[in-house]
Amino acid sequence: MFRRTTWLTMYLLLAMAVLARPAYAMHIAEGFLPFNWAAFWFVVVLPFWFWGLRSIQQTVKSNPGLKMLLGLAGAYTFVLSALKLPSVTGSCSHPTGVGLGAILFGPAAMSILGGIVLLFQALLLAHGGLSTLGANTFSMAVVGPFVAYGLYRLVRRLGGSLPVAVFLAATLGDLMTYVTTSLQLALAFPAQPGGVLASMLKFMGIFAVTQLPLAISEGILTVIVFNLLATYNKNELQELSILDEKALAVGGRNLEVHK
Amino acid sequence: MSSAQKNLFLLLIVILLAAAPFFLHRSAEFAGADDRAEEAITQIRPDYEPWFKPVWEPPSGEVETFLFATQAAIGSGIVCYFLGYSKGKKHREQK
Repeated sequence: MFRRTTWLTMYLLLAMAVLARPAYAMHIAEGFLPFNWAAFWFVVVLPFWFWGLRSIQQTVKSNPGLKMLLGLAGAYTFVLSALKLPSVTGSCSHPTGVGLGAILFGPAAMSILGGIVLLFQALLLAHGGLSTLGANTFSMAVVGPFVAYGLYRLVRRLGGSLPVAVFLAATLGDLMTYVTTSLQLALAFPAQPGGVLASMLKFMGIFAVTQLPLAISEGILTVIVFNLLATYNKNELQELSILDEKALAVGGRNLEVHK
Repeated sequence: MSSAQKNLFLLLIVILLAAAPFFLHRSAEFAGADDRAEEAITQIRPDYEPWFKPVWEPPSGEVETFLFATQAAIGSGIVCYFLGYSKGKKHREQK
């Protein structure tokens, strides 16, 4: 099993090296969305911010013991979105880190936590931007978390194991963030011949290849953090109904090792 | 495989994934991505002018790297504090 995975990874990496071409895959830079589109994405994101605030308030009120875990979810996004990793396309991009919090606290909470990280980067790093904050929040802190949460629930319901569900959720949540970014850019900048679709395909072709290895990295890192949480924070995970009995059996086995 | 070994193995894959591009793509610049986004947009719409400038920009690449490193350090500090705290708490409860 592991050997097959290793070969598959190597094959993917080689394929990507052959396909390599200049690419970008980060947040939309300040001023690089026309005014109307920038405003449009703010309007779209606004209800999610309200929903997120209420969701966090409820979590903290009904379960004050989870505050630290909420901090962990925010800090995880903070670290991962600061890691500009090289990709096989010869340029750099970064993971998003929103999958972990989305699985733990639901997708709405991440619209706030992810939004805070994006605001920090826009103000202090000139990365992303204030005018594009709505659009960037929508791709990274709304679409990413909702995809991650939905996939996690789906895989669990279909009987997938906790690590598999976490891996797929975090990986595809990351990937879909950048697919969304290319859609946002394509809508604002349709290609002269071909329109939105041509632009979208062009942006996506670039994004998918650059982001894929980084998305896989994020998926694996999130599984590691979940393994640690399952070992040391069983109570919190139970309160959030993440761990059922099947998963607890795994956590219990881990516990033996760490005694 | 114990849980610690499993995590170590997973971490190794992440490190390999991050290091592989340097070997597979030696001549690349590994430039920051935002600049390329701006390039691509001006390719599609040569007349487009950004209508808003960042309120503050790091004065140099070094300062920007420093700020990104600070962001990563603060974040991983909190993550590691939480994990260490949880581990200690678990240990005490078991005694």
